[in-house]
Amino acid sequence: MNEEELVEYFRAQMRKDPDMASAVAAIRTLLEFLKRDKGETILGLRESLTWATSCLKGEDSSVAVSSGGELFLRFISLTSLEHQDLSRCKKVMEERGELFLEKISMSRNKVAKLCHTFIKDGAKILTHSYSRVVLRVLEKAAAEKKRFSVYVTESQPDAHRVSERQMAEALKKLNVPVTVVLDAAVGYVLEKVDLVIVGAEGVVESGGIINKIGTYQMALCSKAHNKPFYVVAESFKFVRLYPLNQQDVPDKFKYKADTLKSIRNLSEEHPVIDYTPPSLITLLFTDLGVLTPSAVSDELIKLYL
Amino acid sequence: MADSGVTDVNEKKGDIERAKNEGKELTKEEKQRLRKEKKQQKKSKEKKDDKALQESVKETKGDSSAASAPQPSTQSTAQKAPSAVPAPVSVPAPEAPTPADRPAKSKAELKAERRARQEAERASKQSKKGDPGPQGAVSKSKTATNELQPVVKRLPEHIQVDNPDVLKKLAKKLERQQIPLRSDYGYKVSLFSHLHQYSRKAPLTQQLSIPSTVIHPAIVRLGLQYSQGIVAGSNARSVALLHAFKQVIRDYTTPPNEELSRDLVNRLKPYISFLNQCRPLSASMGNAIKYVKKEISNISSQWKEEEAKDKLLSCIEFYIKEKIVLAAEAIAESSIEKISDGDVILIYGCSSLVNHILCEALKKNRKFRVIVVDSRPRLEGREALRRLVQRGISCTYVLISAVSYILPEVSKVFLGAHALLANGYVMSRVGTSQIALVAKAFNVPVLVCCETYKFCERVQTDSFVSNELDDPDDLIVTRNGQTQLENWQQELSLGLLNLVYDVTPPDFVDLVITELGMIPCTSVPVVLRVKNVDQ
Repeated sequence: MNEEELVEYFRAQMRKDPDMASAVAAIRTLLEFLKRDKGETILGLRESLTWATSCLKGEDSSVAVSSGGELFLRFISLTSLEHQDLSRCKKVMEERGELFLEKISMSRNKVAKLCHTFIKDGAKILTHSYSRVVLRVLEKAAAEKKRFSVYVTESQPDAHRVSERQMAEALKKLNVPVTVVLDAAVGYVLEKVDLVIVGAEGVVESGGIINKIGTYQMALCSKAHNKPFYVVAESFKFVRLYPLNQQDVPDKFKYKADTLKSIRNLSEEHPVIDYTPPSLITLLFTDLGVLTPSAVSDELIKLYL
Repeated sequence: MADSGVTDVNEKKGDIERAKNEGKELTKEEKQRLRKEKKQQKKSKEKKDDKALQESVKETKGDSSAASAPQPSTQSTAQKAPSAVPAPVSVPAPEAPTPADRPAKSKAELKAERRARQEAERASKQSKKGDPGPQGAVSKSKTATNELQPVVKRLPEHIQVDNPDVLKKLAKKLERQQIPLRSDYGYKVSLFSHLHQYSRKAPLTQQLSIPSTVIHPAIVRLGLQYSQGIVAGSNARSVALLHAFKQVIRDYTTPPNEELSRDLVNRLKPYISFLNQCRPLSASMGNAIKYVKKEISNISSQWKEEEAKDKLLSCIEFYIKEKIVLAAEAIAESSIEKISDGDVILIYGCSSLVNHILCEALKKNRKFRVIVVDSRPRLEGREALRRLVQRGISCTYVLISAVSYILPEVSKVFLGAHALLANGYVMSRVGTSQIALVAKAFNVPVLVCCETYKFCERVQTDSFVSNELDDPDDLIVTRNGQTQLENWQQELSLGLLNLVYDVTPPDFVDLVITELGMIPCTSVPVVLRVKNVDQ
């Protein structure tokens, strides 16, 4: 499977199920790559998988693809590959890959189950941009017959009215009152709001998150207003990064993949993500459980070591 | 002391159980009684067979597991030795010894009894040693019962210099080990009166008689180097300690009828007390000593002496190489990722690890400049400055009073650590927490670099409880031919305080770089847990 096929398969996966996280699509692609791989050695296999992951990162530069790929690689190679026969090893790896995929496709539901209890009846929720996990949480809460209303930000630099189209309309279908507000109006709206829930593109080692730009501002304002700031994220988004401040986030995550490829001088470009430090986050809801930011490091050590 | 403690045993026993259940700290008397009870129970158990032993251990140790389990593991701590102090321990007597019994037995008789008992215990343990199965099972059952109750890890008792009982205990112990007691010097500020304060002009070695066979000369030299400040810095002290231990092991010969694994550990105890008297042990030294003792006691009795000694020497070398040298390399590699071109890095004092990191970063062609912050009376920053300038790093030198002035220029702060405590607090040279606080106020990231062998299980939230007081005469300075503080002792209301360490809360520290990776300050207990699982 060469690069074009890889990218094409990935895009096809994304098109097929728009509700699927890009990381899950990436992992599906990697699994397909594994099945079709004709390598002769385990080391070669691992190297080609790493190469495949970097290709996919070139297509979609989000943090989740990077972390998902790495976790996939670790998960399948965690097993002791003592079988002499390469094809048997590959079979074991494929089985583990399917298992991994199954686990993470359940993760969104697990997160929703944990989080919806924190939404009380009559709550006013503020959220940022379009996040499928947050949507799932709100769907679950609505299914539990809770009444709540939602404020969604426009989240520029998204295309005009895209968040209206996606988030607001999905919520309208659930009969949840939605208001779309300007990014600049977050401080204004926060006094009416009871809690803030956002998704995450990546969860870093310090317990902070990397998310659509504007999240950091929202977190700062909610801290100032003493409103709880909740993050919902699946566990495959945990990444081995430790940024100290906004500058420290690597450039490859800050800009979209095509921007990275085409533009020379990145300082003219506007980043699409920012880093929210753990001190501003109240709780993280993951499929591993409800975690405080300091517990994230513990979980990461378990996942990666 | 023990006489007064044994008045109404049955009543006190009930008190002990209640206190344990409530989790209160037991008084000295109660602890002594516990130990006596345990010895009695042990003796009676040995008469039954192994299986019954396990069961009865499970039953009776269920209650006293909290205090008993850590007992074998904390043999290294100084204050535990008083359990063998010649207090009239009437264990062979029935469970409720009446006060009348005590004065009836003389001390010599009791000593002889105890020794006979210990020999018997040792002999039975020897026979059991060939049968590791039940032994392992016994320890497993002990740990099983421990899982049921919250494990109370026995940590070395805090120094309590203002408590005359503790001082007496310490004096007795040192007398037994034939080590001179170092006397405190000068007026101590009341908040710190529970700590020792020694004068550098009166080193412990002056009180040692010349043909002193108790303490190995390498250890005497080491103690002098510590107390005079010739060997300073936690890494340097640990490495010097391990080298001295290597010398001790090389010169050691097993006396007849003794086992290397037990005798060598007993030989090391007076050395450690001596070094503690010269300068209080650091957390890193404590961990190194624990490792050495564990390795010694793991020496099987079948090995020949030369083999055993070689093994021990290689273990110590391995520890130095892995935990100190290679760890520094790993930390330098991770830290260099955090240093970007154009950075202005602030460092405090002289940390061997931070200096190493900066030199490595320079080798990897990172462009940065360094601001060295220094403070009296040690002025260690000058040493750091000298080392960095020698490598060609451009440096600025300020005193700690100028830190808030210089911080707007700084992009990162790199700090070394003396120890990392189990609740995430960083114990380091005095002044570190000040720098971390000001850096936090200016939103400058603070990075602490620390090897994992400096992680310790202690918990501390303030710098008063456990600290070190250095020679107060260091604060005296002569300027323009005048020494103002020369006669500070005559001034009754004047006290000089020369603190050595302080603790920084984890909220001020953004990142801890260890050889296991970059972790937040709150994850120190996770690392400790992982390390304990490994061992």
